[in-house]
Amino acid sequence: MRSSPERGHYKIFLGMAAGVGKTYRMLQEGHAELENGRDVAVGLLETHGREDTARLAEGLELLPRRRVEYREQPLEEMDLPGILRRRPEVCLIDELAHTNVPGVEHEKRYEDIEDVLAAGIHVISTVNVQHLESLNDRIAELTGVTVRETIPDGVLGRADEIVLIDVSPEALLDRLRAGKVYPAARIDAALNNFFRIENLAALREVALRQVAEEVEAKRIVTEQVGTRNELLAEAAPQAVGERLMALVEPYPGAQRLVRRAWRSAQRLGSQLDVLWIQRPGQRLSAEQESCLQALRTLCSVLGANLLVEQSDMLAETVARVAAERGTTYILLGRSRERRGLARLRTPLPQQLMRRLPGVDVRIVADRSLRHEATP
Amino acid sequence: MIAALTLAAGALAGLAVGMVAHARLRPRRPREERPTATRQILLPFTGTTLSRRALEAALRLARVEDATLMPAFLATVPLHQALDSPVPRQSAIGMPLLEAIEQRAVAEGVPVDARVERGRSYRHALSRLLERERFDRVIISAGDDPRTGLSGEDLLWAIEHADAEVMILRPAPKDARVVSARGLAGHF
Repeated sequence: MRSSPERGHYKIFLGMAAGVGKTYRMLQEGHAELENGRDVAVGLLETHGREDTARLAEGLELLPRRRVEYREQPLEEMDLPGILRRRPEVCLIDELAHTNVPGVEHEKRYEDIEDVLAAGIHVISTVNVQHLESLNDRIAELTGVTVRETIPDGVLGRADEIVLIDVSPEALLDRLRAGKVYPAARIDAALNNFFRIENLAALREVALRQVAEEVEAKRIVTEQVGTRNELLAEAAPQAVGERLMALVEPYPGAQRLVRRAWRSAQRLGSQLDVLWIQRPGQRLSAEQESCLQALRTLCSVLGANLLVEQSDMLAETVARVAAERGTTYILLGRSRERRGLARLRTPLPQQLMRRLPGVDVRIVADRSLRHEATP
Repeated sequence: MIAALTLAAGALAGLAVGMVAHARLRPRRPREERPTATRQILLPFTGTTLSRRALEAALRLARVEDATLMPAFLATVPLHQALDSPVPRQSAIGMPLLEAIEQRAVAEGVPVDARVERGRSYRHALSRLLERERFDRVIISAGDDPRTGLSGEDLLWAIEHADAEVMILRPAPKDARVVSARGLAGHF
């Protein structure tokens, strides 16, 4: 029996907008692979009429596109069966967010790429950051432009390498004005719409953050492979940016804490984790179940990650999760009044500060009670 | 030495007795932290403001009926995005108002338990919320601008489909008082 081939290596060039040089860089990479003696073919190339790009493709084997009939119109698409038959070692496939003509194997090109990778072929591809599903809303807010062709964020997550192609907004605008991005007839429209300096600056920031988060996510996965002691040895690993964690319990006031934490995360431009530590065997009342469901929905709407851990050791578990996630800020609500011997224990904020040096611990006040406390 | 030990033991015993007595005599936790199965009043909203009269009516009813006020922010998700996608832009609008409503309710001693819900339209979001949870009463503020928020048709739909008493409040045309994020105590 023949075993299935090992999945190919997946490398993605990510950019903030058209014209930053993703395709150019992909072709340069293809030439480098070719010079190293590897069998390279271009599965799909979109030059958009750019002469420099077309010139750079010379010397690389360009696999022909296939013709597809759609609504009595002949259209061209990437030839997935042709690539799988040709079976190069490395295949360059441009614009992975592209939507295919109905009737071919897959709806989206990134799904075609999955087939190519599964066949053991290494793939180098390109995408712009505005195509990421989770960023769609934010990018529409920043730029006023809603992108229709979106891809799940998991596509980037499956890549072995993500390389950010970065140029300054000013340099990209110069390139656009020089006719290196779009033909002359489209330049004015582009400058007046999408290619405004404030849009490009915002997109650049989003792209940089996205790559930083991908790096961070991979770092977390790597750390989780280690033993628990190894994890604890790194009490607070240095994260790329801030990362917030809100400690909650399923009761109505917890939503207020999550909202405040989310606003802080927005201001810092950082990710938010929401952590509930459930006691082993703890049964929830109907009201608590309802509160937990409300917390789940709130976290999902806000784009925060709700984590549920089972443990009796509150401070230790918070410290472990914070270390794993690279948390830099912990937010918690005011504690309940402690009874009996519990009053002899060190309060949770102090325990956390001791266990997590370098991590800020913030107790979130209930604003509505502020005036009551004023003499 | 024995006297010192006796004194120390006495002090410890006194401390223990004091702690137990304090625990027994201490006031109960605030009601907000002890959710009980009471009546629930849903107050859905969609924009940056909510009619002050609608909120006042909801608070008044909640107090009289010993009910929990459940302000709910409704958000819409475009068709090209998954229904469970995050909606940070809309949240930036809705969360401060939700906070303002909560602060007002807590200040008036009304238990509050907020909700957020997404849908393809505001009506869809409302219907998902009504499917998921039981409410005894729904109070909807009818806005003057049909282009934003729940439309007249949506209000009719709510009357026909909500398994609860539905109260639609339309403030007098001259009553422009609203609750907004500007009324928040402190930064949010």
